Amino acid sequence: MGSASARVAIQLSVNGRAVEAEVEPRRLLVDFLREDLDLTGTKVGCDTSQCGTCTVHLDGHAVKSCTVLAVQADGATVRTVEVLAPDSEQLHPLQAAFVEHHGLQCGFCTPGMLMTALDLLARDPDPSDDEIRDAIQGNYCRCTGYQTIVDSIRNGAAVMRGEPALRWALDGARYAQPAAGQSAHSQSAAGQPVASRHAAGQSAHGQPAAGQPASGQPAAER
Amino acid sequence: MIPAAFAYDRASTVDEALALLLDHGADAKLIAGGQSLLPLMKLRLARPERLIDIGRIDALRGVRTAPEGRLAIGALTTYAQLLETPSVMDLALMADALPRIADVQVRNRGTIGGAIAHADPAADMPALLLALGADVVARSAQRGERTIPIDDFFDGAFSTALAPDELLIEIRVPLPSGAYGSAYRRLEQPASGFAIAGVAAVVGQSGGAAGRDLPIDVVRVAVTGVGDKPYRATAVEDGLRGTALDSAAILSAVASIIDDVSVQADIHADRDYRAAMAGVMARRALEAARDRLFG
Repeated sequence: MGSASARVAIQLSVNGRAVEAEVEPRRLLVDFLREDLDLTGTKVGCDTSQCGTCTVHLDGHAVKSCTVLAVQADGATVRTVEVLAPDSEQLHPLQAAFVEHHGLQCGFCTPGMLMTALDLLARDPDPSDDEIRDAIQGNYCRCTGYQTIVDSIRNGAAVMRGEPALRWALDGARYAQPAAGQSAHSQSAAGQPVASRHAAGQSAHGQPAAGQPASGQPAAER
Repeated sequence: MIPAAFAYDRASTVDEALALLLDHGADAKLIAGGQSLLPLMKLRLARPERLIDIGRIDALRGVRTAPEGRLAIGALTTYAQLLETPSVMDLALMADALPRIADVQVRNRGTIGGAIAHADPAADMPALLLALGADVVARSAQRGERTIPIDDFFDGAFSTALAPDELLIEIRVPLPSGAYGSAYRRLEQPASGFAIAGVAAVVGQSGGAAGRDLPIDVVRVAVTGVGDKPYRATAVEDGLRGTALDSAAILSAVASIIDDVSVQADIHADRDYRAAMAGVMARRALEAARDRLFG
């Protein structure tokens, strides 16, 4: 029988490493990962089960680690964002897609977005944009906005399926495979620059179009 | 945010859980997925002295076919598992509701037993099970097993018929005989996703094949998010039984959707708006269920 002050011994696998620890029963999994194991890639955002930036995989399923007790993970397999690029040199294809497709600005939501997206792609390697949006319903981004995140997941999924990277898309419904020998996103098949998605709201020189706010950096053409 | 300190015990079997409940039931909370309990504990709106962790009792997980054409859903079956179970998703109101309950991460942890034992007055699952006419199976160490009809299960907000020493074992859902249609419609608070008004409807003709010229003799309508507990709208049901579920009959009947109910008000919806939306959701759910019956 446990008493209120008694620590509890737990054993679990974290990113392939066997971990043994004694924790207070009230220790949250996210705090155990960040503070006890120094795995600070997983973030604490809202701390109220809303924002999803604390998402990790518990026995293969995405969970909000702010809403799991460390003792509940005893005997489980936990994977955090750190597992995706163990040597920091070679990004996971989904991470590379987020870089390539502007899937992040401040990056705070990105660990959770990645882990939630990988939960989806494990179930469905070729999701539609609607399915991607549905899957990330529990993950908030407060700066980039969701279109580029959806672009990133769609493109990362293609690479993970072994297909060539997809080119920039003005909208999710229309995109094309790059022609052989061309970079994935800078040139159209006819050799003309592909319009940046920002063209809809801003000129290529960063002048705000009518109705667009003047603040903010011009969109970098790629 | 950090919960207040508590003692922790994990039960590996149903019998272990029952023994722990016998010793500590009055001061303990059961934790399964923890998706409702832990947020309350972090806010210190709940401060149980002890948690009894039943999350690893595999015998309580999964869906099986039980006698008399019933589905027996283990208390620890997660929303994600329900979504992957064809016999559950064949129930159209479940297919309406399950993909829209919370989000992927919460559905991976949250359990059906936890949902109804927690008895949030705005949760979806209570209304779905009320409309289906489910039975709740509970067990205690001293009194053994009993079956609680879902109509008798919800006492009030966050309050159920479960005794402190009882463990919710499974939920038995009768599969409607004859021809039937069902639907769930919800106006949700956009940030939380919880129901401002949610209505589940099951309509049917128990005689067999559906026919527009035959009267409807099965009508079950259940409401969540509106009163201080989920409830059956029996006046609406009575108003529709024997009709052909034409739109005029539905429109007339749903005027009774809040009869004898103390309609709740909060910053998202005052009483009048919530009552009006209960009627709208009832009409939509009934029309969708009818169209599926005759579809």
